[in-house]
Amino acid sequence: MVAELWPGVPAEWSRRVRVPSTAAVDPAGTVHTWHLLDNGPELAGRGVEPEGTLLCVHGNPTWSYLWRSLLAAASQRSKPWRVVAVDHLDMGFSPRTGRFRRLADRITDLGDLTAELGLEGPVVTVGHDWGGVISLGWALRHRSQLAGIVLNNTAVHPAGFDLPAALKLALHPAVHQWGTTTSPAFLRVTHALARPALPKDVRRAFMAPYLTAARRSGVGNFVADIPADPSAPSWPALTEVAEGIRGLDVPALLLWGPQDPVFSDRYLRDLLQRLPHADVHRFEGAGHLLPEDRDIASPVFGWLDMQPAGSSQTPEAVPGPDAVAQPSTPQVPYRPMLAELEARRTDSSPAVVDMAPLNAPAAGPRTLSWAELAGQVELLAAGLAAQGVREGHRINLLVPPGIELTSLIYACLKLGAVVVVADAGLGTAGLSRAIKGAGPDFIVGIERALAGARMLNWPGRRISVAELPQAKRRLYGVEATLAELLAAGAAEGSRPDAAGAWAPDPDADAAILFTSGSTGPAKGVVYTHRQLAAMRDTLKDTYKLEAGTALVAGFAPFALLGPALGATSVTPDMDVTAPRTLTAAALADAAAAVQATAVFASPAALANVLATAGELAPEQRAALEKVELLLSAGAPIPEPLLARVQQLLPAASLHTPYGMTEALPVTDISLAGIRAAGTGNGVCVGTPVVGVRVAIAALDASGLPASEPSAAPGTTGEILVSAPHVKDRYDRLWITQTQSASVPGWHRTGDVGHLDAEGRLWVEGRLAHIITTAGGVVTPVAAEQAAETHDGVRLAAVVGVGPEGAQVPVAVVETVPPVRKAGPALGGLAREVRNAVVQAAGLELAAVLTVPQLPTDIRHNSKIDRARLARWAEGALAGGKMGTP
Amino acid sequence: MSRRTQEQDPRNVLVTGASGMLGGAVAALLLEQGHRVRTFQRRPARAAGGPVPEQVPGSLADPEAVARAVDGMDAVIHLAAKVSFTGEWDEFVAVNIDGTRTLLDQARAAGVHDLVFVSSPSVAHFGEAIAGAGAAAADPDRARGHYARSKAAAELLALSADAPGFRVTAVRPHVVWGPGDTQLVERVLERAKAGRLPLLDHGAALIDTTYIDNAAAAIVRALERMEQAHGQALVVTNGEPRPVGELLAGICEAGGVKPPAWRVPGRVARGAGAVLERAWLAAGRRGLVQDEPPMTRFLAEQLSTAHWFDQRRTREVLDWTPSVSIDEGLRRLAAHYQPGRTA
Repeated sequence: MVAELWPGVPAEWSRRVRVPSTAAVDPAGTVHTWHLLDNGPELAGRGVEPEGTLLCVHGNPTWSYLWRSLLAAASQRSKPWRVVAVDHLDMGFSPRTGRFRRLADRITDLGDLTAELGLEGPVVTVGHDWGGVISLGWALRHRSQLAGIVLNNTAVHPAGFDLPAALKLALHPAVHQWGTTTSPAFLRVTHALARPALPKDVRRAFMAPYLTAARRSGVGNFVADIPADPSAPSWPALTEVAEGIRGLDVPALLLWGPQDPVFSDRYLRDLLQRLPHADVHRFEGAGHLLPEDRDIASPVFGWLDMQPAGSSQTPEAVPGPDAVAQPSTPQVPYRPMLAELEARRTDSSPAVVDMAPLNAPAAGPRTLSWAELAGQVELLAAGLAAQGVREGHRINLLVPPGIELTSLIYACLKLGAVVVVADAGLGTAGLSRAIKGAGPDFIVGIERALAGARMLNWPGRRISVAELPQAKRRLYGVEATLAELLAAGAAEGSRPDAAGAWAPDPDADAAILFTSGSTGPAKGVVYTHRQLAAMRDTLKDTYKLEAGTALVAGFAPFALLGPALGATSVTPDMDVTAPRTLTAAALADAAAAVQATAVFASPAALANVLATAGELAPEQRAALEKVELLLSAGAPIPEPLLARVQQLLPAASLHTPYGMTEALPVTDISLAGIRAAGTGNGVCVGTPVVGVRVAIAALDASGLPASEPSAAPGTTGEILVSAPHVKDRYDRLWITQTQSASVPGWHRTGDVGHLDAEGRLWVEGRLAHIITTAGGVVTPVAAEQAAETHDGVRLAAVVGVGPEGAQVPVAVVETVPPVRKAGPALGGLAREVRNAVVQAAGLELAAVLTVPQLPTDIRHNSKIDRARLARWAEGALAGGKMGTP
Repeated sequence: MSRRTQEQDPRNVLVTGASGMLGGAVAALLLEQGHRVRTFQRRPARAAGGPVPEQVPGSLADPEAVARAVDGMDAVIHLAAKVSFTGEWDEFVAVNIDGTRTLLDQARAAGVHDLVFVSSPSVAHFGEAIAGAGAAAADPDRARGHYARSKAAAELLALSADAPGFRVTAVRPHVVWGPGDTQLVERVLERAKAGRLPLLDHGAALIDTTYIDNAAAAIVRALERMEQAHGQALVVTNGEPRPVGELLAGICEAGGVKPPAWRVPGRVARGAGAVLERAWLAAGRRGLVQDEPPMTRFLAEQLSTAHWFDQRRTREVLDWTPSVSIDEGLRRLAAHYQPGRTA
């Protein structure tokens, strides 16, 4: 076994180097003996030529120990890197110089060290905390060998905003000396920021170089050197770096832990504005000590492999017999989202109808004609521009569907501002995470949203949809209201060609939508203008939604496409954050208002429509009988439910498209199609819609999908989608995006399923929910359907417990009547469910557990949270406490 | 020599502990396969139908008796052990550790080629739940109870004796049951009849068990696959974990007894088990009680924490899968206890 100096650090990495100093603070002829961690000698000993060097620069009050995971991974890679992780002078195990080293000295110090080391070839800097600034200072002085920059939770402020409150406190003379030097408080507080907490031995290692007040002088000086204002000695040096990096065009990777009380998301946004080309990954739930909280080595080296400089060559895969060629992106003619609206600027027929207008719900329906809508969008765009909204700015719209939201969306699209749509269905915590992640420049909201924004400290300048009293305006920090924007727009509009100046790049970001969050924190999904337009075209071509169609918009995001489709859209009277509040009467009234031929409604809304259908008056029934098309997406709808919907909408063709926030729609199936497909392994979701290609990446024994798409029927694997309306990328989730696009030309959906001989797609569950048994990979859906055939079972979920590859399947069921407490199935239920599942799906269940209620996600109220359920079942079946899932 | 002929070649095999249920089943299976079987035990083996093995009486504590038993043998399957939840440590050492050492020494000296040491997963169970784990290393210091500790030491001893020319493997069948089984089935039925069988916690802990025929087949198979198996410990189960409550209910039903309906928290049972164990031990020393305590800490742990295993390596090494499922085993159990009953 290799001798370790500290946990995770073999002795051979630790070395000392004598370095002559050229720092201004040192007298001429000064030599310092630096301590660093360096795998260079190890690589040289093996005769391995590294790809380049990672120069890792710690912050305060850590030391090179922070980078041990990079060192460990670097040597083991097929393309190894040298990693040089330094201990700054006065820090870690480098000597205490007895001098107050400021930022400029430290940048010079680092250059002295690399000169002495004689680093040759490409260097990628890696910095954390204030080490980020020093690493960038080094980068700016070594442009010729700089190959890239990696930053974790750092800041180069100084312009624009205050120091974080925590640092202000640390700088305060009353606490500074005591907090940072006399006592180890600053160290302890920093170490306590790790999420999850650091193991004891790791905490000890971080503390090791700073055991006495004398050893901690550097920690105190580091904090004291933070330039709080322009009078601070290091202000010019910091400004030089902060401005200098605007000229850096090398690849940049920003890995960020958002739960950082010091270097919060605002500093990430500041950096992004200076390094707009950077790849970003925010690790939701991670904090300041990101290299401790998460695996940063895999993404860092994965990212390095993908950089063109790093001579990375993926071997050309040889396609198998059933391989599907990499799809070429078909260049469909691009018609902007606003084209239809602009073409109808003189049309006086209704464009949008609100059954319950936002500012006066009791006043009855409000209608805007195409001409009025076009005019309002134009004024609003001009008003937003006057307020400072620019192309590329992110505008978070916290406004319920209706005329205001529609106008705002199209005004932003016109301006080239990026619409951020996060709905309250995510729950307050989820919504807050989503908004902080997206980091909007502006928030436009109803009062409740503005109150939430203030309380939860959401970023962005504030615009109110409604007029507010002065006191509330001040309280919420509202800069303008919608009415003021319209007025300002009118004033702007009097200038010639003010409105015509905007023509956003079709391939620029247009919108960010959020996933449901049923499989972890909601992810932002970025669409370009071209991709949004493609979504519109796919809907239009698949469902023949010609101009002149009138649709009830009860389901986002399709509902927002009405003006782009040239279709009249009506927003029914309902609480859109709770689809279950749509009543049959509200639906019928909305349909009657525009003589609707199409209805978009979520499955949960349909269930309530059926439940309240008895209250319909004859004329309301008549309005529904005119509907020709029903679209309901979000979750599969059981055939019996659809059959009842058909009775209510006798003339309608019922369709349940399958898709996801990243690509919608993907396939489509009608009620007749569902009946024709019958039962099988999974849920039949039909055939691909116009412009979409679907393929399968077969799963291996450990459940990993192949890198090669296949169209062979009957093969179960991850569902891959290719279409012009697939998302551009995940927002600030570089790792997630890279994984989702790892099969070139395809989007990996994370869903598992198979194609049948007729080309229909069957969804068998989520990739994260597959069960890897000793006998092979199993998907849960068929077993769940089999369990649900038992009269005593209302809803079933089948999950795997145990380690990967040796899992056993367990059914967790809701019973009729429901049990009061969770526990093993009683009486003959376990045996009967087990038999039903063996017979129908060939799967041997280890156990059947009954629960009062299965956990589901907030938005759809229908997707079972199987990951959580699996964790619970594993605990329950290990013995001891049962609890509830 | 191909594997196939090796498998079919009749060999001289000594089975120790053949008076027990598993030992008896192993001897019977070997005979059925055409091997020449000799058994070694203190009491005469029970009479079974079919061919009868040669019997050598004696104790593992007697090296000369052991030498007589291994004389002329090609292989040994060692099942003899002191199996009990209670008893003095010295007794476990004498039979399980020293007895194994004697057998290993004598077998090697007698030119025996192969030895299967029948062990127990409890040698690597340290109290916490086991969910889908493989065969961890035996640890006499951390194993729970005298039986498991002594078996752990013996298994280490046996595997360390593995060498070219004297190949040793350890097979650890987990909770073996079947008709006539006194360790689990009859104990469960007896206690259930007396109303003394509680469910611990919710009876939800997943437990792997092994139907007797499968356990015997795996042990015999280990001898055939010695080339792949030697030097290793393999856990053997049916590979069908079930909640312990369901399993006990199944056994009770097969035995025609009402299944347990009352529950005791596992924590309480473990505590009570530890107390009873000590009391029983003290009473036993004074000759006051002969049978085992109604609850021991070991038993409470077994019944309230998950124990199920990853069988992939076992099945790969042995090139074998169990032939009797749990459901089929329960049917056979019912046929044994309630011959008139129709399934």
